[in-house]
Amino acid sequence: MLQLDPKKLRKRAWAERRFRLYGIMALIFAGSVLMLLVSTIVSSGHSAFFTTELDLEIELDPETMGISAPYTKDSLMQGSYYTTIKKGLYRLFPEVTGRGERRELVKILSPGAELELRKYLIENPGAIGKRITLEVPVSSDFDQLYKGNLPRTGKHTRLSQAQMAWFDTLVADGRIRYNFNPGFLLGADSRYPELAGIGGAVAGSFHALLVCFLLSFPLGIAAAVYLEEFARDTRLTRIIEANINNLAAVPSVIFGLLGLAVMLNFFGLPRGTPLVGGMVLALMTLPTIIISCRSSLRAVSPGIRQGALAMGASPIQVTFHQVLPAAMPGTLTGTIIGLAQALGETAPLLMIGMVAFIANVPATPLDSAAALPVQIYLWAESAERGFVEKTAAAIMVIMTFLILMNLIAVIIRSKTQTKVE
Amino acid sequence: MTFPQLTVLFFILVATSGVLGWRRIRVPHVAGGPRPRSRAVYHGVYNALWCALPMLLVVFAWLAVEPWIIQPLVLNELALSGVDPQQINAFRFLEIRNIAEGVLPSEFVEQPVLHAVERYQELRRVSGFSLTLLFISAGVAGLFLGYRRIGHLFPAREKVELFVRGFLLVSSSIAILTTISIVLALAFETLRFFQHVPLSEFLFGLKWSPQIAIRADQVGSSGAFGAVPLFTGTLLIAFIAMVVAVPVGLFSAIYLAEYARPAVRHVLKPLLEILAGIPTVVYGFFAALTVAPMIVELGAGIGLEASSESALAAGLVMGIMIIPFISSLSDDVINAVPYSLRDGSLAMGATRSETIRKVILPAALPGIAGALLLAVSRAIGETMIVVMAAGLAANLTANPLESVTTVTTQIVTILVGDQEFDSPKTLAAFALGLTLFFVTLTLNFIALHIVRHYREQYD
Repeated sequence: MLQLDPKKLRKRAWAERRFRLYGIMALIFAGSVLMLLVSTIVSSGHSAFFTTELDLEIELDPETMGISAPYTKDSLMQGSYYTTIKKGLYRLFPEVTGRGERRELVKILSPGAELELRKYLIENPGAIGKRITLEVPVSSDFDQLYKGNLPRTGKHTRLSQAQMAWFDTLVADGRIRYNFNPGFLLGADSRYPELAGIGGAVAGSFHALLVCFLLSFPLGIAAAVYLEEFARDTRLTRIIEANINNLAAVPSVIFGLLGLAVMLNFFGLPRGTPLVGGMVLALMTLPTIIISCRSSLRAVSPGIRQGALAMGASPIQVTFHQVLPAAMPGTLTGTIIGLAQALGETAPLLMIGMVAFIANVPATPLDSAAALPVQIYLWAESAERGFVEKTAAAIMVIMTFLILMNLIAVIIRSKTQTKVE
Repeated sequence: MTFPQLTVLFFILVATSGVLGWRRIRVPHVAGGPRPRSRAVYHGVYNALWCALPMLLVVFAWLAVEPWIIQPLVLNELALSGVDPQQINAFRFLEIRNIAEGVLPSEFVEQPVLHAVERYQELRRVSGFSLTLLFISAGVAGLFLGYRRIGHLFPAREKVELFVRGFLLVSSSIAILTTISIVLALAFETLRFFQHVPLSEFLFGLKWSPQIAIRADQVGSSGAFGAVPLFTGTLLIAFIAMVVAVPVGLFSAIYLAEYARPAVRHVLKPLLEILAGIPTVVYGFFAALTVAPMIVELGAGIGLEASSESALAAGLVMGIMIIPFISSLSDDVINAVPYSLRDGSLAMGATRSETIRKVILPAALPGIAGALLLAVSRAIGETMIVVMAAGLAANLTANPLESVTTVTTQIVTILVGDQEFDSPKTLAAFALGLTLFFVTLTLNFIALHIVRHYREQYD
């Protein structure tokens, strides 16, 4: 007869519950860290999609602006508009007359205000000589103040009480607008946080990923086809396989060193371009593509192979006309996941020089450019407070791209799964 | 001709060649001639290959050889204009090239250098012209040679397939080429590093400060290259990361594999995978913006002074990054344990947790050990988190609240921005890289070996 000690049983039941609880706690920990991360990023980044602008009445006097007729684009590019804009601001505060005070006052304006006015004049040369109202950006500190990111008191205050009072007057007068900021998504980097955009970095990442895809996709498929369909089990084949597995686990800095020593210094390819960045990323993506393509090739039913062979097709024809198309969805899934990883890679791009400050959007893979993750790194390292929200917003953008790419991969996978069934 | 023009020309020539080859077989066949041995399209491809390969060969040969011819000629020009031979080196050539291409301004350059710049531009013109000539003639010659070979009895398909097979083999050997070039590049620069700094100082020295004077005659120009503080810093941060990641990762894996209902599993597993998909630069930002200040505050709360770039912050966040890595690898390993073991234990009256602890985990232990080794190798090689959250000061300490630096941090900080090619400081990054490469390679090798061995046990 089996004797069960109730005390022991209770103890074991408790141990069981405790163990289960550990698992739940581990998952809750991981989940809450994820929540903390996402909420930190979203709460500090969402405001970067908006910009604070000032409704400013401007007297468009051609003499002050240093321009003369005819008002073509070229002649307008030569003008200097700072004084005109300053005068518009002085008119709002007639009581501010001292030179020192006025110097403090104009700090409300961003250097982007001049660019804004120039753009307006190029589009509407007929307005010259009239008085217009234009929405011009305010400088980063006031932008941050309006968004509530800058403390009004304490040692971190960067603005004087007078400056804040002037700005509060503008807010009370209803002259401050809080607008969507298309310049953040489309524009290039800038030294001034309120003008900086990620358009240049997105273009750089796009070019780099394009180069990466054009290199790694055909080469990866070719390597996988060889290993899966044609290679005999020789010493060479085994060495190649071991190499691919090892490359998948080599730290990314090492690839950066490779790019620097071999591609830049030995082959003399242009430094800091998406071309070289894409080449380095291609080497890192190759193992992912090879591994996924091989497993999809392995999953293709042998009936397809044998049927095609029986019809008299050569092994190459069987592979490229029948087997590879059948393995394509799985390969594409793997490729997109590999490209998503490549999009997030930072260290190798830093080392091949994609860190220079680039103030325009690159047009081709041969123009120097930053990449999205590198831009995040650069902004994160920047001391200016206004870049914190830009960094978080850039992270939101890169995460959106990553989620989209992974969604596409999931959709491709689920579609083909139903087809096979 | 410019690069885009050459590309267009390339495609025009190749397309022409392909169409010519295709028509040569296609047209007589339609007219009722004898049936060709291969289909017309293979003849087209065959002819196109004959045209394309010589052109590609010419371009790559030119790219490889051109600098080796132009550099001595340009530097010779400098020597002729009476520049001190001591100052003529590869670095000088880079300067000249940058001036010629408009990267550097030419206003403040001395006369001899301007001569060299002109010489460079002239040589580039000549070289570009001869390349174009050679490129076109190679393409046209290939086109005609290929065209002469094809015919009705010519086995074009077999030839093309042979080429495709060759291409496949070459593609698959790129993995080997990459590894070889990594090793060669790192080893070459590392050897040069050890000409400046003895190996024993690098491996056992306790002081790391790679500052090298900008001018050669500056006082205090020698740096210190003892890498021990970097190794200990790396290990400290990796250790903290593992302390976080191992329990969380393992228990998540156990819960997901053994307890969770399929519906729960389907929700939670992708959530963990999101953590794995977040770029490391995002973790770095999170560590620097949120976690590090939190630790400073907590430390101040209990009377401890924490550095704002503490090893703890970097380690904690790195641990979070590694959680999904450990959990998904261990999940696979736990699922691979045969159900007969599990069922046997449960049938004997063991509770689930007893089964897991006494049966499944021992059976899965080698696989889990392999997974942990892979995770350690990942932590050691992780770069962006430590670059952004760990410090630059090479402190030899085991206190997680102090700032330490790591191997990867130093590699990146040394190499970001402009660097001088021959200074020990730059070369030190390659020595660190080689060390890192071998350590991670060894860890991966052992881990993969263990995992494979383990898998064979149950297959």
